[in-house]
Amino acid sequence: MTADTITSGFPVAGEPRFDSIDAVRQGLASVDYLADEGIAGVVYLADRLAKPVLVEGPAGTGKTELAKSVARLTGCRLIRLQCYEGLDESKALYEWNYKKQLLRIQAGADEAWQALEDDIFSEEFLLARPLLEAIRSPDPVVLLIDEVDRVELETEALLLEILSEYQVSIPELGTVRATQIPLVFLTSNNTRELSEALKRRCLYLHIDYPQLDRERAIIETRVPGISAALADQVARIVRSLRTLELKKLPSVSETLDWARTLVVLGVESIDAEQARDTLNILLKYRTDIDRAAKELAGVELAD
Amino acid sequence: MLDLLTGFVAELRAAGIPVSLTEHLDAAEAMRHIPLEDREGLKYALGASLVKSSTHWRAYETTFEIYFSLRGPEYQIGDSDFESDGDESEDNEAAKLAGRGTGKGRGRGGGGGGQEGMTSEELAELLYKALLGSNDAMIAAVARHAVARYAGMEPGRPVGGTYYLYRTLRNLDLDGILTRLLDDARSGSMSPPAIEGPGTGPDGESGSGSGSGSESGGGGQVTFTALEERLLRDEFQSRIDQLRREIENEIRRRLVADRGSEALAKSLRKPLPEDVDVMHATRDEMVLLKKALQPLSRKLAVRLARKRRHGRKGPLDFRSTVRHSLSTGGVPLEPKFRYPRPAKPEIVVIADISGSVASFARFTLHLVHAISSQFSKVRSFVFIDGIDEVTRFFENVDDPSDAVHRINTEADVIWVDGHSDYGHALTVFWERWGEEINPRTSVLLLGDARNNYHASQAWVVKELQDRARRVYWLNPEPQAYWNSGDSIVGEYGVHCDSVIECRTLRQLERFVGDLA
Repeated sequence: MTADTITSGFPVAGEPRFDSIDAVRQGLASVDYLADEGIAGVVYLADRLAKPVLVEGPAGTGKTELAKSVARLTGCRLIRLQCYEGLDESKALYEWNYKKQLLRIQAGADEAWQALEDDIFSEEFLLARPLLEAIRSPDPVVLLIDEVDRVELETEALLLEILSEYQVSIPELGTVRATQIPLVFLTSNNTRELSEALKRRCLYLHIDYPQLDRERAIIETRVPGISAALADQVARIVRSLRTLELKKLPSVSETLDWARTLVVLGVESIDAEQARDTLNILLKYRTDIDRAAKELAGVELAD
Repeated sequence: MLDLLTGFVAELRAAGIPVSLTEHLDAAEAMRHIPLEDREGLKYALGASLVKSSTHWRAYETTFEIYFSLRGPEYQIGDSDFESDGDESEDNEAAKLAGRGTGKGRGRGGGGGGQEGMTSEELAELLYKALLGSNDAMIAAVARHAVARYAGMEPGRPVGGTYYLYRTLRNLDLDGILTRLLDDARSGSMSPPAIEGPGTGPDGESGSGSGSGSESGGGGQVTFTALEERLLRDEFQSRIDQLRREIENEIRRRLVADRGSEALAKSLRKPLPEDVDVMHATRDEMVLLKKALQPLSRKLAVRLARKRRHGRKGPLDFRSTVRHSLSTGGVPLEPKFRYPRPAKPEIVVIADISGSVASFARFTLHLVHAISSQFSKVRSFVFIDGIDEVTRFFENVDDPSDAVHRINTEADVIWVDGHSDYGHALTVFWERWGEEINPRTSVLLLGDARNNYHASQAWVVKELQDRARRVYWLNPEPQAYWNSGDSIVGEYGVHCDSVIECRTLRQLERFVGDLA
């Protein structure tokens, strides 16, 4: 490793992609993603500070969608690395193309070994996996590392170099630097605590269930043909359900599914019966459905 | 500005949020990019770089509100640190705050309950209208007034403001207002917002989210279905919560103006959910604890399952090595190892569920059963002065909290008077279930060992220890109180493998993690 691989301080951010926080929010709204103050602020900062964003929150609140929307907004290519248990270097970073190397060796059987050796460890025989691809790409990209909490603690270390320095060290080849600083989003469902080292390198964004107003607006933008009154009612019922103690609270994506179903069924205004019959779209556990149905229909409040 | 940030970071660390130097630098860098007038933006920007866990967010928010408190529209946030000392400026601040908004009140807020432009009835009426109309600005204004009028704040007192909050809320009678709102809605003076959208009150006050159309036009409706009733109630409840938050903010703002950020931060400092003392948790903290428990048990289960799978390597597996060597022409290039499969322990939990330690017992039972897949068998017993097995409640139940709830109502644990009697409970346990303890069993005894001066019957614990693999005693009391008064944990303790102070979720998690 040579001295020039050591960089100091902050990575230098490229041309700013956004003018202001409001510009981010409006931009995201134009691609049908309704961001709140926090989300827009963090995306803006991530661009300015050239830092990755670690997005956490309950399932189905639009973590992955955020990365996609940012990609659509900036017109960048989205490179996605889906994490899973057992993910390793050769799937995430790069791999040597053994077969091609073998062919090369066979093809040049009478060549000098030295020349051959230099040749087979060149970029031509390198298979770029998502992470390497993201930083080698000449055009700006958005890198999405999805469900990072699924990899083992040790595998997280693979990500550290690329997240802080935007470079990948390949022993045989040297260090590959980013030609442009990609916008990086990591999502986590919080099934385990991520390592301090990883968290430290990222900006942290927690996306929670949206407030009533925002949820209603999301329903209206994402469900075509829904009446304002119905969207309002859906948002209210969902808010009401979220105050219950359920095993799995209804997420935004489930809310949208429910709203779509109601539109397809031609429902104009929900009554308790319809709500009960379609609850299985919103809730995924038998006990939750029973409980919610009871809450919505049964209790005559005595006061 | 950098000084202010440094103080802020120091306070966050004091509150238990780990902030590294890099994160501090990031925050400083972030501040350069956010226009300082944008207070919300600043909050999220600093939060994103300083706070890396959602459970810490609440503590962060409180600290932020204190350090970057609004002092009035004409002050830059950045200058706020220099305005806070001196009685004069503080009084002016408060007066300005009270005067702003409605333009009516001339209350000298700092002195509390001074001159007011209106009577309490008028204020109550205003509050009612504000809640009905869901008008944010109006709610904020009412909150300011209410605090000025009812909180009776005295300058210079070293308090955190809880009492002021209580005093204000008591005078406002929010429950009464909720009932009145619902009654009025029912009697038809107002159309149900569930149908017509929010903020269509009688005075035509248009609310924050009046995006929905009002074509359904069902005015004059008197009876609501249960669903509508419920939605209506939720709507008002959320508005009232908003008011409560406004009042809290208002009190905090005044306290900052009075005492300065650092002093106030110190008295408002609250433990993070995982550090809350379970025995003395307030009701709010209890709610937070319950929320924290679910992800915690899930994480613990994942971690333990992984630990079991990816455990240390065992001795060389000769057969497997030879078999794999066939692919390399008989040369054993890759040695294979036997992975140890540690036996899953059997757990017997014996928990005191008398009033003083009930919540702690509930958490432990919940946690142990949530990860019961990591044990070969879990049996639970609860006692006060009688003892009962409660394992059956946990069988075929998805959610341990349901079972825990049933324990409280159905378990038969009272023998004489319902005061803890460890001696009797342990004796009965030994007579009825003692045979079933075997060398693979780990026994967890939960309780403060406050025996109300009954006989200790410590021999049972000794017998248990002889027969079981391990005996642990978890005591939810701080160690300093052990063996004081009627606590006889020492008598039992000599027969246990270890006696562990276990007051917070963090301690509990660590213990259970080591157990499996």
